[in-house]
Amino acid sequence: MTPLINETFIQITYLVATALFIFALKWLSAPSTARRGVWAGELGMLLAIGGTLLYQGIVDYKWIVIALVLGSIIGVPLGLVQMTAVPQRTALSHACGALCVALVGTAEYYLRAPNVPPFMMAVLSMEVILGSLTFTGSLMATGKLQEILPQRPITYKGQNIVNLALLAVAVIAAVILVLHPGQKHLFPLLIGIPLVFGVLMIVPIGGADMPTVISLLNSYAGLSAAAMGFVLDSKLLIIAGALDGSSGFILSVIMSKAMNRSFANVLFGAFGQVQASAVAGEEARTVRSATAEEAASILAAANSVVIVPGYGMAVAQAQHKVRELYDALSKRGVDVKFGIHPVAGRMPGHMNVLLAEADIPYDKLMDMDAINPEFPQTDVALVIGANDVTNPAARQDVGSPIYGMPILDVDKARTVMVIKRSMSPGFAGIDNPLYYLDKTLMLFGDAKSFVGDIVRELAGSGHA
Amino acid sequence: MTPEEENVTSNLITSLYVFMLAGFIGFEVIRRVSPLLHTPLMSLTNALDAIAVVGAIVLVGEHKSTLATVLGTVAVVAAMSNVVGGFLITDRMLKMFKTSKPKKP
Repeated sequence: MTPLINETFIQITYLVATALFIFALKWLSAPSTARRGVWAGELGMLLAIGGTLLYQGIVDYKWIVIALVLGSIIGVPLGLVQMTAVPQRTALSHACGALCVALVGTAEYYLRAPNVPPFMMAVLSMEVILGSLTFTGSLMATGKLQEILPQRPITYKGQNIVNLALLAVAVIAAVILVLHPGQKHLFPLLIGIPLVFGVLMIVPIGGADMPTVISLLNSYAGLSAAAMGFVLDSKLLIIAGALDGSSGFILSVIMSKAMNRSFANVLFGAFGQVQASAVAGEEARTVRSATAEEAASILAAANSVVIVPGYGMAVAQAQHKVRELYDALSKRGVDVKFGIHPVAGRMPGHMNVLLAEADIPYDKLMDMDAINPEFPQTDVALVIGANDVTNPAARQDVGSPIYGMPILDVDKARTVMVIKRSMSPGFAGIDNPLYYLDKTLMLFGDAKSFVGDIVRELAGSGHA
Repeated sequence: MTPEEENVTSNLITSLYVFMLAGFIGFEVIRRVSPLLHTPLMSLTNALDAIAVVGAIVLVGEHKSTLATVLGTVAVVAAMSNVVGGFLITDRMLKMFKTSKPKKP
């Protein structure tokens, strides 16, 4: 092949790959076509990599092949993790993507300097800064989600000023480099400072905010890849980066709305710090509790049940018992649905995956906006391992730290049952008035064994 | 500006248009993704994002400097692990989503 034909051929594979990527996301809109989307993405990827390998500028294939094989070998176990570990795997993959981008940007700078036009140097700086901070930031998020690092936010005085000052130094270095691209000794600052900043950025963020943070890091990873596309003049990369960036952005907006927080508040707010006083000073109030047998008879007599799962259910590995409960009730003609809050899991949509894994049909999984109007006609709302997302204080109590957060209106159901280990407040340390309502029955115990007990009671012929 | 710099700048402007349009497409397409599938969405976009591997492959193959080859090789490994891992886990998740309604013939 002549160089021109070769180059044209490669560009055509990229063009087709780009179209396939857009179809991949389009098909992901519904579960019925979603798997086709994965195949489209795989085909596009195969075409793009295959086309690139034909590039005539490649003089040596040895390291390419070694790296491709090694990367694939590492990728397989990362693709086979348990569904509860998907959030940390996703954070880790943001780190890998960002690492790739930062390394390529670094290599490109040293190959081209000092002949880098200003605009080019600006996008190159953005690529390296975003890539580096996303790399360490995502590693920190992985550590927190995997519980290697403490989940509680770590804060100190002047934290935000220190962080912003650091970032400002990196930006100033970038500006100088744009004006004088030959100043090679400044370039390491564009790598080193963001690496530190990435760590410091995640340190003050608590476990409850992880769904927002992981989406935000997703957005950064996409933007850094798009910046790399500018540097390499690769439209394919720009488009893939823009798709990933907008996806991360949309998800971060959805997540922060679900928490009633702004981005700035998530990044600089250190949730979980201020609430200690909110619990103090409460007089002892009475709650009603019930046994598994009583719970089973109420559930058996109901026409409609909405189960509200929270992360506590996943921690207790109770999904499969919940599925048995769903089966037992459905067999009796009870209409069972699941009400899922956007931040029910550790990342956007995580709870749906955990329930789908337990073979619960997806048409029974309702998001918050769809299920909320149904609660007033619901006989029993069964809350398993969820707390703050059911707290009516978010609607009524202006003084509550979660006031304004959209919640699942379980308190509007005729009867509420809450499976909980004890009366201790939840993740954010906020007391929940739901538990003291007259219509609420507290079911004290481990989620998995308690649901198991209810299923056993239902199986016994007593409540037909 | 030298003619070469002018060329680079005009390419970058074209790229900005491409970026903007892709951003709009991304926004419209992704807005329609059901909240049911937000986790697979994130893992799939992650895998697609690993297309950065093509830039790293060229960097390694051109072998312009030892530094470029070393950094490029690590970059290919990192991105390739995302390609394989990302598609694998997305497909595993999507396989689990089943409906209670009977399939239409």
